[in-house]
Amino acid sequence: MPDIKVSIKNLYKIFGPNSESMVQKVEEGATKASLQADHKHVLGLNNVNIDIPARRIQVIMGLSGSGKSTLIRHLNRLIEPTAGQVLVDGEDVLAMSDQELREFRRNKMSMVFQKFALLPHRTVIDNVSYGLKIKGVDKAEMRERSQKWIDRVGLSGFEDNYPAQLSGGMQQRVGLARALATDAEILLMDEAFSALDPLIRNDMQDILLDLQEELHKTIIFITHDLDEALNIGDNIAILRDGAVIQQGSPQEIVLDPADDYVRDFIKDINRARVLDVKSVMEPGSSDTGLSFTADTILELAMPAMSNADVTSANVTHDGEVIGMVTLADMIGGIARPESHEGEQVTYR
Amino acid sequence: MELFDDFPSLGRTDLRDLKKGIDFAFRDFSRENGEAIENFFDPLMHFMVWFEKLLLATPWPIMILVFAALAWLGARSIWVVVGTVASFLTIGFFGMWEDTMATVAIISVATFLCIGFGIPLGIIMSRSNRMQAVVTPVLDIMQTIPSFVYLIPVVMLLGIGKVPGLIAVCIYAIPPIVRLTNLGIRLVDKEVLEAAEAFGSSYRQKLLDVQIPLALPNIFAGVNQTIMMALAMVVIASMIGVKGLGVPVLRAVSNQYLALGLMNGLAIVALAVIFDRVSQEYGKRLQKHRQGGHGA
Repeated sequence: MPDIKVSIKNLYKIFGPNSESMVQKVEEGATKASLQADHKHVLGLNNVNIDIPARRIQVIMGLSGSGKSTLIRHLNRLIEPTAGQVLVDGEDVLAMSDQELREFRRNKMSMVFQKFALLPHRTVIDNVSYGLKIKGVDKAEMRERSQKWIDRVGLSGFEDNYPAQLSGGMQQRVGLARALATDAEILLMDEAFSALDPLIRNDMQDILLDLQEELHKTIIFITHDLDEALNIGDNIAILRDGAVIQQGSPQEIVLDPADDYVRDFIKDINRARVLDVKSVMEPGSSDTGLSFTADTILELAMPAMSNADVTSANVTHDGEVIGMVTLADMIGGIARPESHEGEQVTYR
Repeated sequence: MELFDDFPSLGRTDLRDLKKGIDFAFRDFSRENGEAIENFFDPLMHFMVWFEKLLLATPWPIMILVFAALAWLGARSIWVVVGTVASFLTIGFFGMWEDTMATVAIISVATFLCIGFGIPLGIIMSRSNRMQAVVTPVLDIMQTIPSFVYLIPVVMLLGIGKVPGLIAVCIYAIPPIVRLTNLGIRLVDKEVLEAAEAFGSSYRQKLLDVQIPLALPNIFAGVNQTIMMALAMVVIASMIGVKGLGVPVLRAVSNQYLALGLMNGLAIVALAVIFDRVSQEYGKRLQKHRQGGHGA
């Protein structure tokens, strides 16, 4: 059991004048649609429970309106919940005084925004130092630390430019550097790469993964893009109408979707890039001489097998054979699962 | 059918008593407190007298240099500087130097007063919808009520002179700066504000680092409008004893002196154009970084 950094417990958010009395209605089984129709209240989050492990990337995904941006804003209390708890290192964020909350935001949790949210009247370096300035770090140190992060995200030479002079991708690097500069252990990323075009988005994902390899922050990443979720997430939670409908590793989600909503989500993804040989292996061993480590993705394993002109291979973990895969296993793995006929899937 | 023939109005006697009651009450109030209020404004009056004397005592070439320098600092445009110098030379050549200096003095003081009170008021207004609901109609009244109407109580309280003139100018000129400060702060990008919040900004840090800088273009449009409206009050203020370009205009109106009226009127226009260009160019320069050179 990895240590849990952030724990969301029984979190409800209902928008409307009598939100608190509505919690009970939701507990009794009212849905988003029925709450809207019968009581004119909007169900934002419905009994969300997520344990987020330290030093990993937790992705929270869902379509627009599923409550994911609402959820992430509860973690640093930009939005007040209607009921529930958010524990960070065992401390309840929702019980903090204004002063404690400010200190918490300054030191523990920083955030990257979908539309960058940079200060247009400040230069790149001043934007990156923003969090440090609020903390009251002295000037020389501020400059030095900001410069370090500017270099790390590849913006050296742009220190004195204004945000409007940079492209979207570069602006988001500023946003990322600003969030990293405060040395907060937890990084909230609210659709951070969604406003970027696909190539830049992949670039940014690579930058993030590179940084993560070294920094080991607890990253909570919101996205509506499953490819992105599968690419960067160690764990994924899928949100629909404010409720968590499935949690698990990318492998688990792809191999065992909880319902048709998730199934529909994953139907167009490149499964060979997500699944590893371990997830499709069978017991036994192969004598073809070819072997893969357990986390080799099928996209790499299949051509390797084809090149070696064999149809099976060993799967190894720490040098020991833990099972075998056949070409048929792998083809079975990447076949799209059947959707239940006749069941209508709606997303709102 | 009597009701339809005669409007059910207050009787003539009652109405007279009511008006008298209000008049006497205010007169008593001004008799009792007039002196205290005048004393309260005394430092302001002394400052204005001093400032006007300073402008007049300074030799005119130095004043023109100062104006040219201010125009350059504000607009950074050689044409604005040339226009400023030419205007002041012409004004002096036609014998309007003293009146112009008096007008510049009262406009400057009025503008600073309006900024000093208007911006904080605008900030308070932007903080609460209730405050906005209270202040907005007051500003509407200040802008639409005929100036002569509020001149009456001001003159009753403070008599004739610079301070009542200044107050009259400020009543008329302060609304735009209040409105545009409020608007500017309310229009600040919610995402940027949220980012400030997420990084743990205090209220003060949000105001100084985010809200005011981002609202500055609007605030500056307010300053510009305030200056323009203050200039528009110059003639009316001269009716209650404010020296300046308004006095000859007033004399020209009552004596049908066409040339005198035209010259002084044009001098006011020249001042307006100079103030407007300089403050607008300065405002534009403040937000230059908003247009990127990258096509973003």
